[in-house]
Amino acid sequence: MAAKRTTKKTTASKDELLQYYKDMLLIRRFEEKAGQLYGMGLIGGFCHLYIGQEAVVVGLESTTKDGDKRVTTYRDHGHMLACGMDPNGVMAELTGRIGGYSKGKGGSMHMFSKEAHFYGGHGIVGANVPLGAGLAFSDKYKGNDNVTFTYFGDGAANQGQVYETYNMAMIWELPVIFVIENNGYAMGTSVKRATKSPSLWERGAAYGISGEEVDGMDVLAVREAGLRAVTHCRSGKGPYILEVMTYRYRGHSMSDPAKYRTRDEVQKMREERDAIEQVRKRLLTAKATEDELKTIDKDIKDIVNAAAEFSKESPEPDVSELWTDIILEAS
Amino acid sequence: MATEILMPALSPTMEEGTLAKWLVKEGDTVSSGDIIAEIETDKATMEFEAVDEGVVGKILVEEGAEGVKVNTPIAVIGEEGEDMSLAAAQEQPASVAVPAALEGFEGKVAAAPADSPARSEPDRSPDYPEGTETVSTTVREALRDAMAEEMRADETVFVMGEEVAEYQGAYKITQGLLDEFGARRVVDTPITEHGFAGIGVGASWGGLKPIVEFMTFNFAMQAIDHIINSAAKTLYMSGGQMGSPIVFRGPNGAAARVGAQHSQDYAAWYASVPGLKVVQPFSAADAKGLLKNAIRDPNPVVFLENEILYGRAFDVPKLDDFIIPFGKARIWREGSDVTIVSWGIGMNYALEAADELAKEGIEAEVVDLRTLRPLDMATVIASVQKTNRCVTVEEAWPVASMSDHIGAEIMREAFDYLDAPVIACTGKDVPMPYAANLEKLALTSTKEVMDAVKAVTYR
Repeated sequence: MAAKRTTKKTTASKDELLQYYKDMLLIRRFEEKAGQLYGMGLIGGFCHLYIGQEAVVVGLESTTKDGDKRVTTYRDHGHMLACGMDPNGVMAELTGRIGGYSKGKGGSMHMFSKEAHFYGGHGIVGANVPLGAGLAFSDKYKGNDNVTFTYFGDGAANQGQVYETYNMAMIWELPVIFVIENNGYAMGTSVKRATKSPSLWERGAAYGISGEEVDGMDVLAVREAGLRAVTHCRSGKGPYILEVMTYRYRGHSMSDPAKYRTRDEVQKMREERDAIEQVRKRLLTAKATEDELKTIDKDIKDIVNAAAEFSKESPEPDVSELWTDIILEAS
Repeated sequence: MATEILMPALSPTMEEGTLAKWLVKEGDTVSSGDIIAEIETDKATMEFEAVDEGVVGKILVEEGAEGVKVNTPIAVIGEEGEDMSLAAAQEQPASVAVPAALEGFEGKVAAAPADSPARSEPDRSPDYPEGTETVSTTVREALRDAMAEEMRADETVFVMGEEVAEYQGAYKITQGLLDEFGARRVVDTPITEHGFAGIGVGASWGGLKPIVEFMTFNFAMQAIDHIINSAAKTLYMSGGQMGSPIVFRGPNGAAARVGAQHSQDYAAWYASVPGLKVVQPFSAADAKGLLKNAIRDPNPVVFLENEILYGRAFDVPKLDDFIIPFGKARIWREGSDVTIVSWGIGMNYALEAADELAKEGIEAEVVDLRTLRPLDMATVIASVQKTNRCVTVEEAWPVASMSDHIGAEIMREAFDYLDAPVIACTGKDVPMPYAANLEKLALTSTKEVMDAVKAVTYR
């Protein structure tokens, strides 16, 4: 079993850094806007924001190729944007409009794009883990070298079906990368209160699965670990686990009173470890100008504002949609 | 540009709240993410963050104010030196357009499942042409043949489950499949229903057509989240993008002397779920034709078999490709005095009772539903309109049963035709006992069916 921790500092070209900066900033601004729209009553129900965790999905998406698949939990907006889905379609799904990816019928937690190989958006904690292994099963069955990224949180990591899946993924050597996004809290329960295990990725050892812990606030560290995982899976060696140490700045959902952690803890992460700020500093060192970054900031703001406008203007689904998409007609 | 800060909705149910505390004052500079106020919702006290950067111009709602409606302007934020009166802010309104809840919705009656066939004329066409050669085949062989034929025809079809490969099937349903198709397509799993059901659903999204065998459906309770939340609902939740072409099959209901945890009939559970198709065949011909259809169907299908029926032989037509469509009941026996509606192993009691009743001069029409979702109520209603009486027969529990649903549908659609209440012969409302005498009592019986028929025919 390969047991390692990523400590090595990695480098990236200015162009790569600019891309990561844009991708992460898009997620952050999009999520801030979603929070705002929720406050205005335009988004209902549950809404789980990804702010703080942007480097995880942006770093890993930079290692994918055509045909690779991804499946995640209900904290899914960032994953969708990072795999190239249209911000308009995502925001309109949040507002429950016909222009949304699921025609407004799925909502924040249940969104899909067959085209982008994004297989949800799942509201049941842990359930997306075997689903991801099943997607990997289909690629193995077809004999291609695609991989499936299966994202879940530190909370889901205590679910029984995760370990059933580890076991089968290893028996069948499925090309699945289990990404544990460890943001420290399962809703309001800290990892330390939920398990005595010193680390979550090491549990894979019981099934013979290799893995590593990754600094999830550093997009380059995430990318490097992702490349190792992808290489491992594509070469037919079976699954790989990445425990990505990250942090969510906002509450679990919009109605989280945040009594389980201190304001100082959140503030310290934002000030000292912020993933976007880290890339921004690297960019300035790499001779990017403030003006260049300001232009990016403005472009992103425009994209997000346009998505918000689209999500307000797109009509609610026609009432006939209540009765569609229940059963497919046999061809 | 001055913008209003509106009283936010901070929970799915919040309509108003208390502005507990301002953490900024007029003239303060704030940036995105700064906490500016504490707001009490119906659930908790929440911190409220600024979204935009700027200077707090005017605070419009004082702290301590209660019952502040969501979307009320509570402050104005803008740039240094700007006019930040409410009027200035309202020149660029935040344009909150809260969607009208289901405006103009006409309220379609939802009692009938969305995928039920229209109540038109019942389809009485024969399952196969008259004169077709038939071969005596057990239900077990028929199920195996159906899988083998579909696997030969379609490379994406595979079977997975406990003991399906090397052991040749716990109940020998997959006998011989490993030899013919190999371990890639006949996949033994560890005893982890929850996990392999989920893997099956994921594989169906990846372009395969899995047949997931549960050693019995009792164990599928561990996996029911994936059958319902992952397989049945995804087409809808994805706005029609992603179906789940998967078959969940295995023995269901009581076997013999296996006690409470191994004897439950799940028909009504699954039949209640939109997005699933549910099949519960009786004969070998139906088992074959319906399973082939299930494997080809683009939707998730729950295929409920019965262990007691596995060894029973029936005539199966000798055809290259024998398919039975879903939602088409079969009339096994025509009669004018009473309609007996059953399916699966319940047909044993129904047919036996009909034979006995015939000796007493009562002619029962016996309808085998074969599929429970979609449900062929057209055939049932047409029969009840003829006989004016109905008895339903099943081994499952009586509360919230398929019988209850069928009885309610008959009441709704053929009330004026009924000359007696519909009687349901079901399993008893108890966990299945082990003792042989009690087990027998816990199921329904031919005698109960005969008594019910006599009651509705007033004999």
